[in-house]
Amino acid sequence: MKNILIKPSKENLTSFVTFGSFLIFVSFFDVLANTFFNLNFTAFLPSKLSYFAPLIIGTIGLYLIRIEFSGNKLLDKININFNSSNFNAILTLIVIFALIKYIPPILNWFFFDANFIGNTKEDCTGSGACWVFVKVWFNRFVYGMYPDAEQWRINSAFIMLFALVGASFFVPLRLKKYLLIFLLFVYPIIGLKLISGGDFGLKYVETGAWGGLSLTFIVSAFALILCFPIGMFLALGRRSSLPAIRYTSIGFIELWRGVPLITVLFMSAVMFPMFLPDGTYVDKLIRVLIAITLFEAAYMAEVIRGGLQALPKGQYEAAKSLGMGYWRMHFLIILPQALKLVIPGVANTFLALVKDTPLIFVVGLLELAGMVNLAKTNPKWLGMAMEGYVFAGLVFWIICYAMSRYSQNLERKLSTER
Amino acid sequence: MNLKNFKIDLSNKNKDLIPQVLTVFLLVLVIIYFTINAQDNMGNRGISFGFGFLSQESSFDITFSLIDYDGSDSYARAFLVGLLNTILVSSIGIFFATLLGVTVGIGRLSQNYLIAKAAEWYVEIFRNIPLILQIFFWYFAALRALPLTVDSINFYDISFLNVKGWYVPRFIWTNFSIFFYSIIVAIITIVFFTKYARKQRDEFGKQLPTFYVSFGLIIGLPLLTFLFGGVRLSFEIPELEQLSTTVYVYKGGVSIIPELISLALALSMYTATFIAENVRAGILGVNKGQKEAAASIGLTKGQILKLVVMPQALRIIIPPTTNQYLNLTKNSSLAAAIAYPDIVLVFAGTALMQTGRAIEIISITMLTYLSLSLSISIFMNWYNKKIAIKEK
Repeated sequence: MKNILIKPSKENLTSFVTFGSFLIFVSFFDVLANTFFNLNFTAFLPSKLSYFAPLIIGTIGLYLIRIEFSGNKLLDKININFNSSNFNAILTLIVIFALIKYIPPILNWFFFDANFIGNTKEDCTGSGACWVFVKVWFNRFVYGMYPDAEQWRINSAFIMLFALVGASFFVPLRLKKYLLIFLLFVYPIIGLKLISGGDFGLKYVETGAWGGLSLTFIVSAFALILCFPIGMFLALGRRSSLPAIRYTSIGFIELWRGVPLITVLFMSAVMFPMFLPDGTYVDKLIRVLIAITLFEAAYMAEVIRGGLQALPKGQYEAAKSLGMGYWRMHFLIILPQALKLVIPGVANTFLALVKDTPLIFVVGLLELAGMVNLAKTNPKWLGMAMEGYVFAGLVFWIICYAMSRYSQNLERKLSTER
Repeated sequence: MNLKNFKIDLSNKNKDLIPQVLTVFLLVLVIIYFTINAQDNMGNRGISFGFGFLSQESSFDITFSLIDYDGSDSYARAFLVGLLNTILVSSIGIFFATLLGVTVGIGRLSQNYLIAKAAEWYVEIFRNIPLILQIFFWYFAALRALPLTVDSINFYDISFLNVKGWYVPRFIWTNFSIFFYSIIVAIITIVFFTKYARKQRDEFGKQLPTFYVSFGLIIGLPLLTFLFGGVRLSFEIPELEQLSTTVYVYKGGVSIIPELISLALALSMYTATFIAENVRAGILGVNKGQKEAAASIGLTKGQILKLVVMPQALRIIIPPTTNQYLNLTKNSSLAAAIAYPDIVLVFAGTALMQTGRAIEIISITMLTYLSLSLSISIFMNWYNKKIAIKEK
């Protein structure tokens, strides 16, 4: 059996490599011609065989050039990374052929055949995506139903936020503390007041009109700021030696972690008003914020608990031996170390929070995904679902990918410090 | 009594007691406040707290049900339909997420640069897009692009995919119970045989071909029932029927609705990314020395993977994967967004709108999810304990 198969060897390196490369070239040529010029050179073969012909020819070619320690650096690199066995050779070919076959149509749809110019659906004459849809609705996707004339308020609130966050990187350490306090406690109130209005001559805009991407940011930011301290106390409560506090915390955490967010939102929409005195009306957005905050606080608590558990017992004992009480021990010694340990976990929770915000559609608040849903049902823009979701997906992807990259960097930076 | 020596007793015991009493007191206060308000509100609306409504006639239809159901059935049965649909989509999702996740996780560690990169990008793309958007994408964009009923995509004349769903053959069994018992018998035999084989190995050093015997049993015994037990299996293949000049439907077979397809697709593709990361971390977490040690005592590559690497990797993989299974089950509630009749849509949606019993229905729904979550985590904890390191 072994004699039938030619074993590529170093002695005839040039001939093996030449013949192998030729076969690989033929297989690629066949696929390229098939994809771009609609030519089929292997049409004379039975249909199944013709379909797999490039794969078979390519695999044989890759088999022939699989020569270990050939002395040729490029060849060795190819063999190690793409061609270490027959199985890997086939996988390599499948991936490359799939890329050749499917990337061009996707690119064509996305960019080359897409329509960018115009203002109505009828302007989309090309076969590709109709980005006119996104262009026309862009304002709504970002600001929701917020009145056009008042949108500068949202803009300035966010510019202020970015300026403050940006400044926090440059100010001296002494002032950083105050900036952070301002950012966490004063800014949210200013920002909220600016966007909701009602005072200082600003027109009141009800929360039902808020929406789009800005609402995604508002909900995530507030939920994060609020859920962090609650989660911290829950985590401490769960590790407390006092049974009543411990069991209350455990019950609270496990209750929220055991149910889906959507039922919690349903609860905030239909069950929560039943628990309040008759006639009390709590704003929809505030109810949603409470629901998301409590939900995420339970997850945050578990993340922080992980950090608390990871600290060596010696830290607690050392703090106690200095005569520190429970709160001083935790706030001066334990939490600063534990929180540093759980930064990646906190970032992951925040990421999950951002990805969960579209769910607020169940109470009728429409952020980006909800606005796309609304826009695609507009009679003038039917059949634009694909464009809308691809756009929304891309926006969310950029936000989440950047955040996960940032948290990975942070993790790496902190791990070298230790 | 000398007042100078009087001190409030702040010994450790009391110091511990005060915050606890305070917590319990506050908790009770909040609960009482909510209960009074709830009673007031329900009194105003003329409803009283109770679960009697569950036996009332539901009078709404459900598009997809695993058990017989129509509008004349009770709310309790509607709840059961929703629960079964939730369990169905979660099980399908868990199955495919595991399959895909393990494949991609191993792919990320492949020597092949292209495979490793492809797996990495798969994870990066699908992990960072909100699940709800993925569900919307599959349901409203991708599956809506499928052909109409009349020119369905044909899979070998037995199964058809079109915009109305996926039509697959229905299995029609005769004497199914015999077939079913044969599988149970096969499983029991395998368990005993594995025990016997282990004993043989431990006592006499004999290696029995456990895998082949088990494989033969689980395939062979059910096959034998076809020959001798009178078990018959036939298929009801869906057929295209023309109702009027333009209206076509498929009759017969099983129709898998697009809601189920898109939900299962999105759930498994999204969760698979997390499982892939767990698998990768698990395999990377096994010490290199372990593999080298195993190789040095002469185990083959397959044996190393099966006997040395996997048992240790599984210990790292299982706890976070359990969490992912739980997440998938909870995420299946997003079904409500595309009107797949799961427990949230049927019960917390339609039934709640009809009866207005918010407190009862939301509590039942939440309790159901809590018990689903608890049962999965209990099972996985049991499994985790079984494979944990037995420290002496």
